Amino acid sequence: MKVRTLGRHARESIKSITRNGWMTFASVGAVTVTLILVGVFFVIMMNLNKVAQTIEEDVEIRVHIDVAANKADQQRLHNEIVQIPEVKSIKFSSKKQELDNLIKSLGNEGKAFKLFEQDNPLNDVFIVKTKKPTDTMRVAKQIEKMNYASKVKYGQGQVEKLFKFIGASRNVGLALIIGLLMTAVFLISNTIKITIVARRREIRIMKLVGATNAFIRWPFFLEGLWLGIMGAILPIVLISTAYYYAYDYLAPKLQGNFIQIIPYDPFMVQVSILLVLIGAFIGVWGSLMSVRKFLRI
Amino acid sequence: MIEMQEVYKKYPNGVTAINGIDVKISQGDFVYVVGPSGAGKSTFIKMMYREESPTAGSIMVNGVNIAKLKLKRVPLFRRNIGVVFQDFKLLPMLTVYENVAFALEVIEENPKYIKKRVMEVLDLVNLKHKARMLPTELSGGEQQRVSIARSIVNSPKVVIADEPTGNLDPDTSWEIMNIFEEINTRGTTVVMATHNKEIVNTIKHRVIAIESGRIVRDEQRGDYGYES
Repeated sequence: MKVRTLGRHARESIKSITRNGWMTFASVGAVTVTLILVGVFFVIMMNLNKVAQTIEEDVEIRVHIDVAANKADQQRLHNEIVQIPEVKSIKFSSKKQELDNLIKSLGNEGKAFKLFEQDNPLNDVFIVKTKKPTDTMRVAKQIEKMNYASKVKYGQGQVEKLFKFIGASRNVGLALIIGLLMTAVFLISNTIKITIVARRREIRIMKLVGATNAFIRWPFFLEGLWLGIMGAILPIVLISTAYYYAYDYLAPKLQGNFIQIIPYDPFMVQVSILLVLIGAFIGVWGSLMSVRKFLRI
Repeated sequence: MIEMQEVYKKYPNGVTAINGIDVKISQGDFVYVVGPSGAGKSTFIKMMYREESPTAGSIMVNGVNIAKLKLKRVPLFRRNIGVVFQDFKLLPMLTVYENVAFALEVIEENPKYIKKRVMEVLDLVNLKHKARMLPTELSGGEQQRVSIARSIVNSPKVVIADEPTGNLDPDTSWEIMNIFEEINTRGTTVVMATHNKEIVNTIKHRVIAIESGRIVRDEQRGDYGYES
């Protein structure tokens, strides 16, 4: 296609948008509503994901080293654990450090435990992290069988449940977003179909003077594109403003907590780009779907 | 130029519109297609520009069998013929100029050429001074002249007209006929379905009469032959 023809198509598509005022409004409205929903869902989902990730990263295996183990035995155990391919890191924490941590975490009441400083009943511990959090259970079971690993703890039961919950909520969120997008395509294709029914005559005449389907389709393609992009404006403004204030309000309160929300920048830029792309996609798809059937003349 | 052989057209609802037609129209001919309503004139005409395709038989137009033309090739075929309708079929949002230029834009002609050529044909149909007006601001006769201008703007070898004077008053009809005469004298084949007895009997040309989907009469310089 020649560049000037593309220019013509662009002019035609813009003319058509201004000419079909109410239909344009309806289509843009459909895109806007969907993108607000999709955007809000997406932002919530990404944040949940982030929380889940933080929790997942927090999952660790604590290997209590048998009191009977001497330095060499400890080193052997250490080497064995490191050899497991899924292991990312291993850290040694002496029983003294363990007791200090315990005392610190219990605050005032912890002082009572100071008595144990003379005769510490705790074990030395290896703190093991896996490359993928979901490997935790498997690695823990492997370590259990090793010599001088007296007890292996990783939050048995809870971790499995947590991973199940995270997996399920990701799938549900994704299904909801896909469902919403399908609804939007349907809405838009119907709205544009109405404008096209009105323009059936125009399409027929175009075909009678020898316009190819591609030639007829182009302005509709561009029109869908503009509608989609216009429909993305309001959701972007709304969501990024809301997120700006939400972040401002929540971030200080969550300071030091293991739940963190995603920083405004560059997250909102990414969300905005995504919304424009989704808007453009559903606009174009809806438009092309509705013009299809009128081209068979 | 146009040659139909053993052409039949049966619609899905069972109606047989064309029931075995053989006809040959040569380059430069001027042909009236006449017959009572429902005789199959419109189908006959529509098959020539491939708005309808026959159930059986072959239709050669400019050396192409359009009965077997793939849907994708139809636009290219239509660029070599001009079509004029009873209801003009102009695009209401476009100006006179744009309506005519449109037929050249779809074939991606050079803008300079489009401008020159459109003004030429608007001059031919005597509407140069109304180029910027919208179709709704024109009389019926003027609208039909725009439609004719559009049909000839890409210099087709044949112009097909379906009742072009059907919606017009007698005076305007004569004006339109003069334009078709002019087009024909320049070498373009004209095929025109019409109910206008006066025109057929006054401006003498070949007459093809269709009844019940068959050609019942084909005369050089014929008469209308029906009571109107």
